[in-house]
Order: sequence, then structure tokens, then C-alpha cells
Amino acid sequence: MKIAVCVKQVPDSWAEKKMSGGVLDRQGVDAVLNDLDEYAVEEALRVVEAHGGNGEGGANSVIVISMGPERTADAVRKALSMGADGAIIITDPALAGSDALSTSKVLAKVIEGGDFDLVFCGTESTDARMSVVPAMVAQRLSWAQLTFAGSVNVDPGAKAVTITRVTEAGVDTMKAAFPAVISVVEKINEPRYPSFKGIMAAKKKPVEIKDLAGVGIEASSVGSSGARSVVDDATPRPPKAAGIKIVDDGNGGKALVDFLVEKKLI
Amino acid sequence: MSDVFILAQFAGEIVAKTTAELATCGARVGNVTAIVLAAPGKGAALASQVNTAGVAKVLVLENADFDHFGVAASAEAIAGLVKEHKPSALLITSSAFGKELAGCVAVLTDSGLITDAVDVTSELVATQVIFGGSTTVHSHVSQGCAIITMRPNSISPDMAKSSPEIVNVEVSISDAAKRAEVVSSQPPVAEGRPELTEAQIIVSGGRGTNGDFSAVETFADLLGAAVGASRAATDAGWYPHSHQVGQTGKTVSPQLYVACGISGAIQHRAGMQTSKTIVVINKDPEAPIFELADFGVVGDLFTVLPQASEGVKARKS
Ligand SMILES: Cc1cc2nc3c(=O)[nH]c(=O)nc-3n(C[C@H](O)[C@H](O)[C@H](O)COP(=O)(O)OP(=O)(O)OC[C@H]3O[C@@H](n4cnc5c(N)ncnc54)[C@H](O)[C@@H]3O)c2cc1C
Ligand SMILES: Nc1ncnc2c1ncn2[C@@H]1O[C@H](COP(=O)(O)O)[C@@H](O)[C@H]1O
Repeated sequence: MKIAVCVKQVPDSWAEKKMSGGVLDRQGVDAVLNDLDEYAVEEALRVVEAHGGNGEGGANSVIVISMGPERTADAVRKALSMGADGAIIITDPALAGSDALSTSKVLAKVIEGGDFDLVFCGTESTDARMSVVPAMVAQRLSWAQLTFAGSVNVDPGAKAVTITRVTEAGVDTMKAAFPAVISVVEKINEPRYPSFKGIMAAKKKPVEIKDLAGVGIEASSVGSSGARSVVDDATPRPPKAAGIKIVDDGNGGKALVDFLVEKKLI
Repeated sequence: MSDVFILAQFAGEIVAKTTAELATCGARVGNVTAIVLAAPGKGAALASQVNTAGVAKVLVLENADFDHFGVAASAEAIAGLVKEHKPSALLITSSAFGKELAGCVAVLTDSGLITDAVDVTSELVATQVIFGGSTTVHSHVSQGCAIITMRPNSISPDMAKSSPEIVNVEVSISDAAKRAEVVSSQPPVAEGRPELTEAQIIVSGGRGTNGDFSAVETFADLLGAAVGASRAATDAGWYPHSHQVGQTGKTVSPQLYVACGISGAIQHRAGMQTSKTIVVINKDPEAPIFELADFGVVGDLFTVLPQASEGVKARKS
């Protein structure tokens, strides 16, 4: 099997985020691998490990795909040290300001040319928080869309995959033939920590860097020039006024009810 | 006036309040047409409930494939309607399904997409609250149909009645939209409390409950509230995952959020930070959740909550 994992480099979720000129100001914020994508890397590795392994002598390969600024390479390195075999990074100044339509277009184009059986994604990037890219990639490729997977069962012989889809609408069992795009929820597994050996090995793994011309996409159709939505303004919300804080002296519950009554909440 | 399409949403076979919210926003822009996707034979009963202010027409699409082939089948049908009728906007309720559907329709119709709006103006400018509530963004779609998903409970819906025209539309789904098959479905268990994303009041419990949610539930029931939980509580199996609030659970925005025994990790805040009023009960005066609290009690939830419940009961009698 040949598996792709889409990962995104995001600002550290603990860092303060600001907007500048309608886009996220990524300068001066630590860049990390979107933590929800670690579960996708882990699940892809578990799938290949259960069916002949990857790496040297393995029957499968796991390729990380990421679109983003140049330092995306740092986030990708983490996925490689967990055990992925190689990476494709798509970076181009014209990609700045990309919306989900652009991102899905670029990812789909790269995946299309890669002869993959399965694509794994996280369910959400911690900065954009849209939870739409995996579905949109599947739609563009016209591949099976198996998203919000809480468990994944792959049968390489039958070229089929079954998942349980876990959302607020309940739990669905879904199945499809290869090729498919799968996104995994964070309850699916416990991502491994890269070992020292993994970290060393990652330095030698192939990382292919492509620009838009290399991918075969018109620069004007993506990024801010191709964006299909426009940010009019972004304003920091006034910090919340400090609230009331009391220490329970035996009447804390009563004081709480008084507060709710005063606020007309009950 | 331009036309706006909304996707009617149902909880089982009952129309969800979010449908009226979408209609209220849509009516600011123009005539509202509601789309009802239904299993064969179910359309009429569902459509008859879509009758709040602004709804001028209901398009009923009956097809067994909607239940059997997930997002792709619904997206294909809705994209067909958008291409045919060219509405200025398509409003859908934010949920895992709703956002994916919106994304797929955006791809199929080459339209712009805005997710998780909390408001939409008559000019189709959407308001979003991002970065865990710290920034307000206004944006608009600049190409195609404005596809916007709206967070439940963000605006107060106009519940006045309308009498829309009901139109049945034939639809068939292509094989390309049938690649992922739903083999079986297990809807979430209803437990007689309001749905989390629709509730006006939510009382949530975390690791501090130590697995005993009875005090949380008692207080919630007295207030007619929904019960939420932190990931620590759902991971421990104390409460079902469908009740998890946060980044990887539900995003809620009730009038009142009561956090009991929850520390306030960034992933939890991401799901509740925009609640109008936040009340906290926590033993640890340093717990970060106090930063968000309009009213905080430093104390043991097992004494504070029962006393508060008694207080509410006394007021009721
Ligand atoms: C990828 C990822 C996604 C995540 N998604 C989510 C998510 O969607 N939602 C979510 O909630 N978390 C999420 N988390 C987990 C999050 O980081 C925290 O671990 C979690 O929110 C902690 O839950 P808690 O506040 O209940 O527990 P703790 O952090 O252990 O806090 C318990 C609190 O209870 C207080 N307490 C203890 N006993 C009492 C008592 N008797 N009375 C009063 N107070 C008491 C303590 O002082 C403490 O502050 C996610 C984490 C990751 C890595
Ligand atoms: N720029 C990107 N490069 C690679 N994968 C991405 C990118 N953006 C989003 N994804 C994938 O899509 C998932 C959902 O992201 P989003 O729709 O932005 O919330 C992420 O968890 C990633 O797996």
C-alpha cells in the first residue's frame, strides 16, 4: 500500500494569535506540527505495520504531504521521525492567504499524481479550525470520503477499508474501496514519541520541495489572488472584564444562586 | 430581492431550532428557500415543520441514498440545486456533517466558503469569533454562492409562523457520490435533556467530579440545562463522548455555562469561551478557568453545587 498523510504546520496553540492584514500573523510564533495530525501519522503507521511494514524491506510506504511556508519542513520532520518514509512539501509565495478551496486544490493535485491507495488527515487544524479540508480533498479527487474515524480497519487484499465515523450525529460504520481519504479523531490512538533512532533517521529521509509550477497549478488560482472569500476586518475583542471570585465560606452555593438571580439567568 | 437557500436540519424527525435561526438570517437577505433532504416517504412530514418567519418555499428531495452514502450524496444533490437556481447564499448549520457538506458544495460550485459564523448581515457579511474568542472577524464571499455555516444558538430566531409553498424535486445520485457506504448507524441516545449546542444553559463536569456526575445533573435539571463534560471526564468513561465540550468535542455558546471541577485547559476553552456568562466552581484558586469566570467560587463542588440546587429549589417553591 502507498499511503499519504496530510499534515499542517500551525502556530503553537499556546501562543497568542494575532491577525495582520486579514491573515494570521505567523511571524514570531513557534511553528509546530498540528497536534491532531499526529494521530493521522500514527494511524497510518499502525496500518502499514499491521500489513508488512514500511521502510527498508517493508511492503508499504507512508509519505507526508504538507502545504505551507518554508519552515513547514520543521513540522514535517516530526512526522518523519515518527516513522514516515518521505515527504512532499508544497511551498510558494503565491500560496500565502490560501483558503480551504485553494488548500484542497493543491493537496488533491499532489495526491492525484502520487498513486496512493489511502490518504490520512487530522480532523481539524488548530489554527484554521474549519474541519473541511479532508472532505474537500475527497470531493476534488472523487474518492471515498471516510472522515471523523474513531477506528480504521484496512483489508489490503480486498483493497477495502471500514471505519466508524464518530460525530455529534452518532456513530456510523462506513466502508469503501480504495482509494479513500480518511480523517481520524484524536481518540483513535496514542501517537508515539519519536525515538532517538527515528530522529536521526529522519534527517536522511527524502523531502521533495515543490512550488506551484512544479505541482502544475496556476498561481493566480490559489492564495490570496484565488481566494473566494475576503476578510473585511479583524479586531481583537476587548478582554473580558474581571469577574467576581469568592472563596466558599459555607455560603458559596447561595452566593452563586444570588448571582444567577441578579443576572436574570434563573 | 435575491434568494437564499438554507438547509433544514432535523433531530430525528423533529425540526431543529437551528433551522429557524438560518431562516431568520436568510430573511435579512431575501426570500428564503429551505431544502429538506429526506428518506423516501418522509419528506412531507419533515417539510410541514419548516414554517418559521422568512421561509417562502420548501424544496423536498426524497432519496434513500442520503442516508446510505453520507456527505457526498447530499453534497451532490445540493450542488445541483445551487447550480440550477443560483441563490446568493446557502446557509447550513455548523456541525461535522454541515461543515463537510458546505466544503463539498463549495468545491462542486466553485463558491466561497465561510464556516462557524455567529452572525450574517443583510449584505451577507459574516461575523466569526476566532482564536478562542479573542478576535472578531468580518468577511464575505467574493465568488459564486456565499456558502456559510452558522454556529447553533448564535442568534435568536424569529419563531413567527409562515406558510411556505412546498415543492417536490426529483433527484438521483451518481455513482461517483456513492463511494463511501454507510453500513450501519447508531444515533446518539436521547436522555431527555436539551441538546448541548442548542441549550441556553449548560452545566459541565470535569475530573473534579471524580466520576460522580449526580450533583452536576441535579443542578442541570433544576435549571433545565444540558450536561457537558471535559475530555478528562469523557476519556475516563464517566460521561459519553457526545457530551464533550472543547476543541475535539462540541463548540457551545449558551447564555450560561457552569464549569464544575474543570481546570480550563486551552482545548476546553476553545469550545466554551464565547458563552455569554461563565460561572466556575473549582477547589484550586489558581485554576486557569477562573480567568474566564464572571462569577467564580473557590470551593468543593460537592458542597457548593448541592447548596446551589437547594437555593434554586427554594426559589421555585
Ligand atoms: C489534541 C487534544 C484535544 C483535546 N480536546 C479537548 C476537548 O475537546 N475538551 C476538553 O475538555 N479537553 C480536551 N483536551 C484535554 C485538555 O488538554 C485537558 O486535559 C482536559 O480539558 C482536562 O480536563 P479537566 O479540566 O476536567 O481535568 P483537570 O485538568 O485534571 O482539572 C480538574 C480540576 O478539577 C478541580 N477539582 C478537583 N476536585 C474538585 C472538587 N471536589 N471540587 C471542585 N473542583 C475540583 C481541580 O482543582 C482541577 O482544576 C484535549 C487535549 C488534546 C491533546
Ligand atoms: N496546508 C495543509 N497541508 C497539509 N494538510 C492540511 C493542510 N491544511 C489542512 N490539512 C489537513 O486537513 C485537516 C483539517 O484541516 P482544516 O480543514 O484546516 O481544519 C488537517 O488536520 C490536515 O490533515
